Amino acid sequence: MKYVCRRLLQLIPILLGITFLSFAMMHVAGSDVVTQLYTNRGVEVSQEIIDAKRAELGLDKPFLTQYFTWLKGMLTGDMGISYVTGRNVLDTFMEKLPATLLLTVLSILLTVLISIPLGILAAIKQGKWMDHLLRISSFIGNAMPNFFVAILLMELLSIKLGWLPVIASDVSFQSAIMPTLTLAISMSAKYMRQVRATVLEELNKDYVIGLKARGVRSRDILWKNVMKSAMVTILTLLALSIGSLLGGTAIIESIFMWDGVGKLAVDSINMRDYPMILAYVVWMAIIYVLVNLVTDLLYRVLDPRIRLGEKAKQ
Amino acid sequence: MKKSRKQRNIVKFRLVVFASLAGLLILFSLFSDKLCPMDPYLQDLSNAKAAPSFVHPLGTDRYGRDMLSRIIVGSKTSIFSTLLLVTFISVFGSMIGLICGWFENTIDVILMRIADMFLAFPGLVFALAVAAVLGGGLQNAIIALAAISWPKYARLARSQTLTQKKATYIKAARLAGDSDWKLIVRHILPNIMGPILVTAVLDIGTMMMELAGLSFLGLGAKPPIAEWGSMMSETRNLLTTQPWVTLSPGIAIFISVVIFNLFGEAVRDWLDPKNGRS
Repeated sequence: MKYVCRRLLQLIPILLGITFLSFAMMHVAGSDVVTQLYTNRGVEVSQEIIDAKRAELGLDKPFLTQYFTWLKGMLTGDMGISYVTGRNVLDTFMEKLPATLLLTVLSILLTVLISIPLGILAAIKQGKWMDHLLRISSFIGNAMPNFFVAILLMELLSIKLGWLPVIASDVSFQSAIMPTLTLAISMSAKYMRQVRATVLEELNKDYVIGLKARGVRSRDILWKNVMKSAMVTILTLLALSIGSLLGGTAIIESIFMWDGVGKLAVDSINMRDYPMILAYVVWMAIIYVLVNLVTDLLYRVLDPRIRLGEKAKQ
Repeated sequence: MKKSRKQRNIVKFRLVVFASLAGLLILFSLFSDKLCPMDPYLQDLSNAKAAPSFVHPLGTDRYGRDMLSRIIVGSKTSIFSTLLLVTFISVFGSMIGLICGWFENTIDVILMRIADMFLAFPGLVFALAVAAVLGGGLQNAIIALAAISWPKYARLARSQTLTQKKATYIKAARLAGDSDWKLIVRHILPNIMGPILVTAVLDIGTMMMELAGLSFLGLGAKPPIAEWGSMMSETRNLLTTQPWVTLSPGIAIFISVVIFNLFGEAVRDWLDPKNGRS
């Protein structure tokens, strides 16, 4: 528990550093935010209106004052209003989050369902044609950028076969199929390899030979011993992937018009909507620290060596 | 478990084959402007969205530009920017890591915290910020990716240095009167090079895809510059009618990544201690 608290405290410097850096960069870049704002809306306005708007948004104050005002706001859950829509930033963000969560859960589930059985299969059939086939497909999958996979799927499923609409019109399970499939294909290619390598490494350890010598069935060794150890590595990788998925896969969400935080980030970036971008930055930093924490905790729960090693030191 | 001589020869053979393939690809992109059959930027609206033909083997895009020539010229943009990026992050990151691991003092703590911060930074936001400060374009996408990718090398080099530092041979060299500088350059560096090199070569493919991804989103190379990622996003709405125009830059990325990945794996196997070299 003490450990968890200490790790959560680490969030503070990272969060401060990241937000300060983003703030500084946007400050250097954003001298014409207000002009940009009106350009976005397609209206031509006079200098006075621009100055008034600047004052209203607090952009005429010194840089540090702006930063601390924003920081104080954030701590009380007020992240300002969007430059583009004029709506509350936090509310908008929370609105987009469920779509990203749905996509994360679906694609991780599908990835696990594809890659773990196939990875194990490749490991036990090492050197056979099945192994070669799986390795080649995972190699091919690894060399394709996910937007290319997305476009291939569009061409195949929507245009050639006409099974699914090209672009999602709402957030539903049907429209989730294509983005989920794209992400799962890209990730499975990576995971299959890792699962295979981890299982093989475990299978070659001495204790497996020992168990075999004692006449334990291969199937029992695989499921009771090997998988238990291999799970540590696999779960760590999964945690990292969940982290990056929660950040919203900007490219995939944009291609499929999936209304999540990744698309929100890209849109805000294109519109120079700084408060919105900052909200995204904070969210990413939180995810990063939490994912690291979860993986560390997983190690401690699943790998007795780390737990006992620390006790021995004490 | 050392490998047999036959296995070692296979490893060496693969290294030679894939290294030459990667070399050929780089040479090809170096001379790409001389190799393309037509002017990749020449617009010919009367011949827009043409299907593949003898004159235009991959058809033309919506401005009537020859796709094959654009893809050939795009190789220079995509491949060279990637190589530049990977070289920079691996050299810079390793230097930082080496310094941190060797001195293990306050600088180490500070630099590693900074590295953590950059690791947590969303690449997309960085790309925007850099683009906003310096003006959009490919070089800013490179800077953005460099900023968030160097910590990986810093961490690797640091942990490698920490391991090597404790080795007996370093103590011996120190007793023999070698200075810190000499110890680092003569002993530590050659011994930590292997893993860094492998990571760097295997990173080429990944970085190429990341860079293309940023360009695809419009945060990297800007049209009309021929770059594979931005070419795909530019021609995305032609997918229903002229799929070859959208798909061919993707295939070009795919082929280059395959070549660099195969090369990377060959280097890894070759440097593997189990390979029993030296």
